[in-house]
Amino acid sequence: MTLHSFWRRLRAAGLWLILLAGLGLGWTAQADPLAEHVPADPDFASLVQQLPQGSLQQRAATVTQMASLDHDRLIDVLTALQDGNLQANRDTPPLVVIRDGNRTFDALSGELLDDPSGLRRIPINNSLRSQLRSLLAQLNLSHDSAEVRYNAVRRFIRDGIDSDAIALLLERQQIEDSGRVSDAIDTALALYQLQGVDQTLRLQAIDTLSGSLEREARNALSRIAEQDADPQLRAAARSALDSIQTKIQFYRFVENLFFGLSLGSILLLAAIGLAITFGVMGVINMAHGELIMIGAYTTWGVQVLFPGLIEWSLLIAIPAAFIIAGLVGVAIERGVIRFLYGRPLETLLATFGISLILQQAVRSLFSPLNRPVTSPEWISGTLTLNPVLSITYTRLYILLFGLMVFFALLLVMKRTSLGLKVRAVSQNRAMARAVGVRSSWVDAMTFGLGSGIAGVAGVALSQITNVGPNLGQAYIIDSFMVVVFGGVGNLWGTLVSAMSLGLINNFLEPYAGAMLAKVLVLVMLILFIQKKPKGLFPQKGRAAAD
Amino acid sequence: MLTQRLLLSDRGGMLVLGLVLLMAIIVPICNLALPTSSPFYISNFTVALLGKFLCFALLALSVDLIWGYAGILSLGHGAFFSLGGYGMGMYLMRQIGDRGVYGHPELMDFMVILNWETLPWYWQGFEMFWFAALMILLVPGLLALVFGWLAFRSRVTGVYFAIITQALTFALMLAFFRNEMGFGGNNGLNDFKEILGFDITAKTTRAGLFVASAIALILGYLACRYIVTSRMGRVLIAIRDAESRTRFSGYQVESYKLWLFVFSAMLAAVAGALYVPQVGIINPGEFSPLNSIEMVVWVATGGRGTLFGAIVGAFSVNYAKTFFTTFSPETWLFILGALFVLVTLLLPKGIVGLLDKLVRRKGDKA
Repeated sequence: MTLHSFWRRLRAAGLWLILLAGLGLGWTAQADPLAEHVPADPDFASLVQQLPQGSLQQRAATVTQMASLDHDRLIDVLTALQDGNLQANRDTPPLVVIRDGNRTFDALSGELLDDPSGLRRIPINNSLRSQLRSLLAQLNLSHDSAEVRYNAVRRFIRDGIDSDAIALLLERQQIEDSGRVSDAIDTALALYQLQGVDQTLRLQAIDTLSGSLEREARNALSRIAEQDADPQLRAAARSALDSIQTKIQFYRFVENLFFGLSLGSILLLAAIGLAITFGVMGVINMAHGELIMIGAYTTWGVQVLFPGLIEWSLLIAIPAAFIIAGLVGVAIERGVIRFLYGRPLETLLATFGISLILQQAVRSLFSPLNRPVTSPEWISGTLTLNPVLSITYTRLYILLFGLMVFFALLLVMKRTSLGLKVRAVSQNRAMARAVGVRSSWVDAMTFGLGSGIAGVAGVALSQITNVGPNLGQAYIIDSFMVVVFGGVGNLWGTLVSAMSLGLINNFLEPYAGAMLAKVLVLVMLILFIQKKPKGLFPQKGRAAAD
Repeated sequence: MLTQRLLLSDRGGMLVLGLVLLMAIIVPICNLALPTSSPFYISNFTVALLGKFLCFALLALSVDLIWGYAGILSLGHGAFFSLGGYGMGMYLMRQIGDRGVYGHPELMDFMVILNWETLPWYWQGFEMFWFAALMILLVPGLLALVFGWLAFRSRVTGVYFAIITQALTFALMLAFFRNEMGFGGNNGLNDFKEILGFDITAKTTRAGLFVASAIALILGYLACRYIVTSRMGRVLIAIRDAESRTRFSGYQVESYKLWLFVFSAMLAAVAGALYVPQVGIINPGEFSPLNSIEMVVWVATGGRGTLFGAIVGAFSVNYAKTFFTTFSPETWLFILGALFVLVTLLLPKGIVGLLDKLVRRKGDKA
């Protein structure tokens, strides 16, 4: 270990020296057009440029030499060579590139190039291929990133292993500190043992595999369970398969649970603003969906205005969307809704009119087509927990974000002076006015708060749905259902109802299909409202009377 | 006596009905008897358009009956209208016979595409007009009965009722979009050939449908008038204005509301059934919640709680819609949206209320 790190440090020092030397060269040879193409490690570069030339034996020697250098690009170049994606032209020194689909990258710098011509594949033969395979396995297995190491082991599991690989894996197993990689190595070794003849070893292997979720392990076990001559092995394999099946079912359940909660958090985000405007104030705001849409368009607007800050765009968009949607909300309240308090059906119609105007405004101002919203790097990608359970970061973040917004709102309602006034006005307007609460100001602020939160929800939703003029319509009925189901005027009820609707929908989906599941949930809700017209958690006491 | 009750006491209604009757006579004559070159000739397009408006007026009537007189705001009346339309559509589909694209003697084209072997049970019987007509009344009526019974019994009122009716039509829309439902999925039912043996594209058939719609509207209006001027109508108005008080006086509020709701749903279904052969298509888009809300706006614009106001509203809003969607489609949603806001804020009694006020002011001056 210490020797290893010493070597690495020494190499790093060497790298620095070479870098300085390279800089010095750069100073002296500024006029040289190739100067900027001189890579950080000229030794490695010249080796790569040697690759296209000479015989296959020479190429093998070059590869060995390259492997002794610890270079960033080493794994990429060797992988490309192994897969036949490494190409070069006939210049001296040759331009060596990596082809990836239709794109071409410089092999040395990794930069994207625009279609250089005259490229030829660098050929390899079987002996070079096996040399590359074990070299790469070795390099990948000792890589710093656990993900790379895991993938290297995965390749062994997929392609099978030979005695060389076993030595490598055993060696790695000694010092491996990531549980996931270590488990994968166990699986790979057990799969190899399974092919042997010793019954005890094979039984042991089956025992090891019974904990593995890799597809190959399952395939190997079911092969044995069906075909093997030894009845004891067959029985062991069958019980191992059963235990894997139980495990898989458990993880499927966990996955369903997560997806259900994730859908629930989306519903929560969509509905929580409405829980304020409809739940607390009693205003039927049919333009709620359009306020969400405004939030989503704000995200797009932020990305268009600051194209260099895509990574930060969501964090900028959240306050921006809150302010813009909140201001629109205040304008709606002051302009229309305040004349209609106490006339809920008229409010419904008027706000529906506003929603049509907002939709058409977006259509005329921007375009009837969906606007592209980019996801920042940190929000995309998947978290793979094991071979059968993986979670996208987007959904994870939205779940967390939904809960954050919920608790922030709860805090505002319970712990601030605005929240106190809002509750006072909603419970007894006349009395609140009598003790000096400016009820009309509170109305405007409450409506602004609910609308602003709808805008914030729009920022989150822009990451998972199309941002277009119809975004709001897709959520309005769901939002009302969530609030009504949870009990009007009860924030906790909204949380519980959003999550349970998300879960019900998600668990119904595999049996009924997406569309029918939605229909069933709606029918269930309609029936539920008949049974409990005031929702899951109705308000109690005199304040609740209409 | 009955004429006195239904018509003479209702000057606005008499005027509107007179106009409808006049239209039912003049439009077909001007379309069929006059040559195309005549300045009084009414084009096929206009006949179809006015026929559509007549169906919408009947639909608006059904909305006004429950909203204006019992205070039940339904945002799902489009569901009953569409169900009636689908009933008629099924009859018209069965009339196609083996003239479909795939030439199957019994199955619809979309069923052939889905590889279905036999006709689903709910399509049986629709080849007979009387059966289809019965179903057009029964299915929406039954849905309204069950839905209304559940809702009114547990005293779901006002806004809550509005929202669950909206959910109802939304759920139906999603369901009808599914191909497996057996109603043609996304495309719905179209490409009709004939109705009651008449070629559906023929000029005379279209004129006949026009007259039928006008008659249905007049009869529907008279039926609604009959209900609202009866003792039941008085109770309904009492329910609208003070529901608890009416209940305490010993009236069974739920039953009154329920029967009115069922009748209104059937009226809407008839409107849908007359609408489909005139436009030649019915698809799940008709279930869209936006349509149902638009109907409420017709009534609000015309004047809620007057019956003839609903007819005025349906005609004027739809005329405006046709006008704006042909001349500048962009502005129509702005105008519709503004209409929602302005009517609720400034014209709570709609056009009829405005005219009434003008007439009265003139009377005061004189």
